[in-house]
Amino acid sequence: MSTDGVDNSKRRFLTAATVAVGAVGAGFVAVPFLKSWSPSAKALAAGAPVEVDFSKLQPGQLMRVLWQKKPIWILNRTDQNLEDLVKLNDKVVDPNSEVATQQPDYIKGINRSLKDKYLVAIGICTHLGCSPTYRPEVAPEDMGPDWLGGFYCPCHGSKFDLAGRVYKNVPAPTNLVIPPYTYLTDTTLVVGIDEGAA
Amino acid sequence: MSMLEKTLGWVDDRFPLSKMWNDHMAAYYAPKNFNFWYFFGSLALLVLVMQIVTGVFLTMNYNPDEALAFASVEYIMRDVEWGWLIRYLHSTGASAFFIIIYLHMFRGLMYGSYKKPRELIWLFGMFIYLALMAEAFMGYLLPWGQMSYWGAQVIISLFGAVPFVGEELAIWIRGDFVISGATLNRFFAFHVIALPIVLLGLVVAHIIALHEVGSNNPDGVEIKKVKGEDGIPLDGIPFHPYYSVKDIVGVVVFLFFFSAVVFFMPELSGWFLEKDNFLPANGLKTPEHIVPLWYFTPFYAILRAVPTMFQSQFPGVVAMGLSIVFLFLLPWLDRSPVKSIRYRGWIYKFALAVFVISFIALGKLGTLPAGGIYLTLSQIFSGLYFAFFILMPWYTSIDKTKPVPERVTSK
Amino acid sequence: MKKIIIALVMVSLSGLVSASMKLHLDEANIDLHDKASLQRGAKLFVNYCLNCHSAAYMRYNRAGKDLGISDKLVKENLVFSDAKVGDLMKVAMTVEDGASWFGTSPPDLSVMARAKGAGSEGANWLYTYFRSFYVDESRPFGVNNTVFKDVGMPHVLWELQGMQKLLNAEEVKHGATPEFALVSTGSMTAEEYDVAARDLTNFMVYMGEPSQLKRRSVGVWVLLFLVFFFFVSYALKKEYWKDIH
Repeated sequence: MSTDGVDNSKRRFLTAATVAVGAVGAGFVAVPFLKSWSPSAKALAAGAPVEVDFSKLQPGQLMRVLWQKKPIWILNRTDQNLEDLVKLNDKVVDPNSEVATQQPDYIKGINRSLKDKYLVAIGICTHLGCSPTYRPEVAPEDMGPDWLGGFYCPCHGSKFDLAGRVYKNVPAPTNLVIPPYTYLTDTTLVVGIDEGAA
Repeated sequence: MSMLEKTLGWVDDRFPLSKMWNDHMAAYYAPKNFNFWYFFGSLALLVLVMQIVTGVFLTMNYNPDEALAFASVEYIMRDVEWGWLIRYLHSTGASAFFIIIYLHMFRGLMYGSYKKPRELIWLFGMFIYLALMAEAFMGYLLPWGQMSYWGAQVIISLFGAVPFVGEELAIWIRGDFVISGATLNRFFAFHVIALPIVLLGLVVAHIIALHEVGSNNPDGVEIKKVKGEDGIPLDGIPFHPYYSVKDIVGVVVFLFFFSAVVFFMPELSGWFLEKDNFLPANGLKTPEHIVPLWYFTPFYAILRAVPTMFQSQFPGVVAMGLSIVFLFLLPWLDRSPVKSIRYRGWIYKFALAVFVISFIALGKLGTLPAGGIYLTLSQIFSGLYFAFFILMPWYTSIDKTKPVPERVTSK
Repeated sequence: MKKIIIALVMVSLSGLVSASMKLHLDEANIDLHDKASLQRGAKLFVNYCLNCHSAAYMRYNRAGKDLGISDKLVKENLVFSDAKVGDLMKVAMTVEDGASWFGTSPPDLSVMARAKGAGSEGANWLYTYFRSFYVDESRPFGVNNTVFKDVGMPHVLWELQGMQKLLNAEEVKHGATPEFALVSTGSMTAEEYDVAARDLTNFMVYMGEPSQLKRRSVGVWVLLFLVFFFFVSYALKKEYWKDIH
């Protein structure tokens, strides 16, 4: 064995080349393993848009369906509820739905819905992911005299009104998320498809 | 001192990192005359790592429940992104593992790598082989296809041949009267946790033992006998960089053939994935030919070659067990003064050739229906297989050997 | 030494090649790249097979995506139940019903092409099977099949193929190639029916492993990469081994 007359720069180059090609190879090998963690076809199929028939939903009543395994609320709001929303504008963080990430661009304003009467929202608190409780009654003892009906998160006490707008000075930073949805008829809608796409 | 050197120094004061690197890589002196057959050790390590990584990812989606197992494999093959690739890497890896291990063992037979002072390396290796067989056998039940089910049924029924306690023993192993969900669950636990831990421990022991005594070589010369003034064997070269760069080439070539199978013929005409295993396990219907996977067929052929005696298949089971026990005993059966086949006489060369042919022939016979000419052939080749071991003390001591050189020869 | 071993191994193996009687199978010659054929096959499959057999590991929209059919067309043309396009191709018939109607419940067909053999063997089996039903009054459904003896299902495609009888039953038992003659005609000519059988086979082979085309195309790149890697790593090895004499 002799190491006389070795071209060290050539060795360095070839070593670097082998390491580089090997690293590229390892990178390619990693891709399938990382990608195998994405939602499978089964999860995607289960998360496909869902059709909801809400013809039997009475005023003041809330129904829940699952979309992408998340609770979706459909609330039939009374005229009184809608009037109350305006009164709460000063008490909520984002009264006119200006934070763009919290709803599709076709959902605007105070009511946060396609049709004023029906709120469609993802029932997951924007704080740490609990599902808030529906508290429609006005001024119950535990919620205080100013409560005009809304949603209360039992985990950390965040409060939302009946348009899913978050109150000031609660842990949750933003309004509840409105999912993409579209009406098929007056009493059926599809959650998961943007307005006009169906 | 650079930052890197400082960090390394800091670690070395607390953990023998540089020492380990030197002991096993940079200052581990391996004989300079390794040939083709010396690739298979590092390749086996590569496949072991690959099986563990792909296995971990398969476990994330596999469902060890008799009602769901088969479907969950197809779920991996279809619904999980790239799941098909992970599964094929694992199923092809299993067969590749055995190809590599068999070639690795054959290398040991050719160059006398099991002989003194390397008996423990050989024993650890044999335990690895045993653990690997258990690992493969239990893993093969998991897809819950017809071959999984009936293969396991047949092999576990062998325990039923044990005198007196057999039937109870077989039921205890299955946890049921036939192969069932209980069996699947316990095999799953062994396959994904227990046996891999055992395998890893044995592999570490195998390598530590090897690096303690040093590697054998195609000449069977102990390179430590001739050292230079610096105490380094004259015929030794540091494993790193010389064998690390060489093994990279070996790995790339291996991966080429391996990928060719994975991407273009993952079933390998039914040798790696049997067609009956695409039918879900059905306890009411046995496939026409129950064939173990190819790496078990030599032993299966030996099992079937032994006739039933005293209304019991136990002798066949014993023969099958002995066929592996004899491998363990090799270091003490071989009386030859030389290690390598290069310096042995014609008798050992002939015996080894007959042994290899018998092993391959038994492997083929194990896939064919038993009976008639195939049974006779199985018996002949089983006899030859055992003769290799039983007669070894005799023929290795009378075999005329050639003088072994002091130093290794270049090919 | 090596040569002697190899030669001996070859001799010993050639003597062992199995001489078992092979079933006569026709060449299916399917083409998994032929989307039109696959689409016709899918249509035949959902119309004729999916009534009793499930393909419960296959999703409608996966077939749609791979075969170039939009979700909307999948819904209109392939889904006959109230299933969604993302659902598995399950069957309305329960296992119990199947068992009572057919004696045994009809097997799932998702991976049937692979269960019938690796490579083209599975395809050839299916193709031959579809074309080998013949009248046999002794059987419960009045038909039998030369590749699937005492088959437990009716000839579902008879309205396409018509009914045929087996001319050389005795010879077939001893390994001869079956010969058939039509006793009643179906809506297709013999040539049309062969195409239909090929289309259906094509679809079932696709369904056995939906990723197989992707597998092969990825494989080409993997092998090319490894060839390149070989040259790089071999150059490195050669450079270092200059030291060793």
